[in-house]
Amino acid sequence: MSFVLVLTTASLTSVGIYLITSRSLSRIILGFSLLSHAVVIGLLAAAGPAGQAPLADETSAASSANPLPQALSLTAIVISFGLTLFLLALARRQQAVTGDDLVEDDLEDRRIRQSSSDYRSEHP
Amino acid sequence: MSELLGILILGPFVSAALALGLRRYSIMRDALTVSSLLVVTVSSAFLFYFVNRDGTYVVTIGDWHPELGIVLVADLFAAMILFIALATILIVELYSLFQRASVWGANPFLVGPVLLVLTAGVTLAILTGDLFTLFVSFELILVSSYVLLTHQGRPPQIRSGMTYVVMNLFASTLFLLGLAFVYAATGTMNMALLAERIPELQDEVAWGIGLWFLVVFGTKAAIFPLFSWLPDSYPTAPTTITAVFAGLLTKIGVYCIIRFHTITEMNDLGPIILVAAGLTMMLGVVGALAQNDVKRILSFHIISQIGYMLMGLGLFSVAGVAGAILFLFHHMPTKTVLFLVGGLIESSSGTSSLDRISGLASRRPVIAALFAVPALSLAGLPPFSGFVAKLSLVDAGIQSVSVPIVVVALFVSILTLLSMAKIWLEVFWGDRKDIGEPYKQTSDLIGWRYKAMVLTTGVAVAGTLVIAASAGSLWEMSVRSASELMNSSYSSQVLK
Repeated sequence: MSFVLVLTTASLTSVGIYLITSRSLSRIILGFSLLSHAVVIGLLAAAGPAGQAPLADETSAASSANPLPQALSLTAIVISFGLTLFLLALARRQQAVTGDDLVEDDLEDRRIRQSSSDYRSEHP
Repeated sequence: MSELLGILILGPFVSAALALGLRRYSIMRDALTVSSLLVVTVSSAFLFYFVNRDGTYVVTIGDWHPELGIVLVADLFAAMILFIALATILIVELYSLFQRASVWGANPFLVGPVLLVLTAGVTLAILTGDLFTLFVSFELILVSSYVLLTHQGRPPQIRSGMTYVVMNLFASTLFLLGLAFVYAATGTMNMALLAERIPELQDEVAWGIGLWFLVVFGTKAAIFPLFSWLPDSYPTAPTTITAVFAGLLTKIGVYCIIRFHTITEMNDLGPIILVAAGLTMMLGVVGALAQNDVKRILSFHIISQIGYMLMGLGLFSVAGVAGAILFLFHHMPTKTVLFLVGGLIESSSGTSSLDRISGLASRRPVIAALFAVPALSLAGLPPFSGFVAKLSLVDAGIQSVSVPIVVVALFVSILTLLSMAKIWLEVFWGDRKDIGEPYKQTSDLIGWRYKAMVLTTGVAVAGTLVIAASAGSLWEMSVRSASELMNSSYSSQVLK
């Protein structure tokens, strides 16, 4: 397994995870694009040694690269492309509704915070 | 038989495309959606009958050897869960047809076609024999659930939809990375081959793969500590949509955990799964007790009940896994029915908040009766289906001498009953309050629509009673499917 592939996967993953922990959905989308690149490279690394293009009539099985992870990568790329579009639409809608594309706290978090601050104001 | 599987996989896809094309012609669209769901459900009933009689059925697509091509495997476990899942979707689609006039109803343009895509994903996820097709079918299910959750575009749905989509997208990314790991370690995606090769790996690698997929499927199944997205996002969707999600999405995650971790012999992960199961049960029900809204209470109960299924798996005995399968079978329709009744409460009161509803039993006694049956069943009271399922799990726990988890399970049952009693006291008893003014203008409660919604829910409640009545033969089938999973006959049946 190539060291360069592993290093690329690792750095893409770390930058991607840093980005998706952010509040802004547009940063999260960038993070997911990087993560899906990392996964595709990871799949390539899992495929074993590189070889010639796996065309059925032209290369022998021994000298060609493993075609299965390439097929899996293509499917993964298509799916992540579609989902990126969906996320962009969601960010656009959130921007239309709230004027921003920030991911807000869920109701439960807000309720707990509210009740604890209520308690504190009642029992100073 | 291969025709039957063809109908089950391709039927929903083709009719989804047609229904999307016909979306503006409401009668044709609805007729197409209902009839194709009916056909698929009947086919899965036949599949269930044949698999139960003749044993596992395997279809290799394109006649490739299972090692190279895609296989569909219909063993007894798959056939049982497939039948109950499709029957649940059919009931919800019928209910949503009648609810359409209401402000809480989902948008009819999209729900029919997207529900069919979801159906296709569910069938594929249950029947597939390789991990990559499982990933694709998960994506199908998730993409349609994203659309169903956010399609009305209201601010709370967009807010919770963002959390939901980001969480699930992250889990899908982890799923793909896990596939890369599995492929690097074993050189295959076929589950039958994985069942042979993963136990032969070094312990550390095998446990790593097992834990990784526990996290991946566990995020979709909302197990501890990966559940916080669920109670926030589910209640914001229209009730019919929440009913589908409650009955199906998390359960498909549980189905995959049971399937993957039993056939790859992850017995060493048992204690970890049991701890997660206990905490899932406990935190889910405690969360439910703290809530003040029917839909939110029921959403927290989904989490709590997931713990029971995991408990059966964590025991890693035939009795335990059989209990988990029976629990899954009982839980899918029961939970969906509870949400449908929640929808009826919402329709007849204009709200699902406990503070604003009161005295519904005197105004709508039928809704009270329809709520009581699945609620008691969920808490595990005899003679309902939940009792049989919980009894089998507790019995398996005692057999495996896992006392702590049995104590937790019984204690959580009491708390479940308590929170059901809370809904009962606040919603059905007490003084009658006036219906919210804006609601009076909608036509939901006028004439046949309301009656048809009640009738559909009634049929579903009767269905859960049938599960309780036929518990003997269902238990026998669960034991048979569990022993098929546990004694590694899966790979020999697929690779023969």
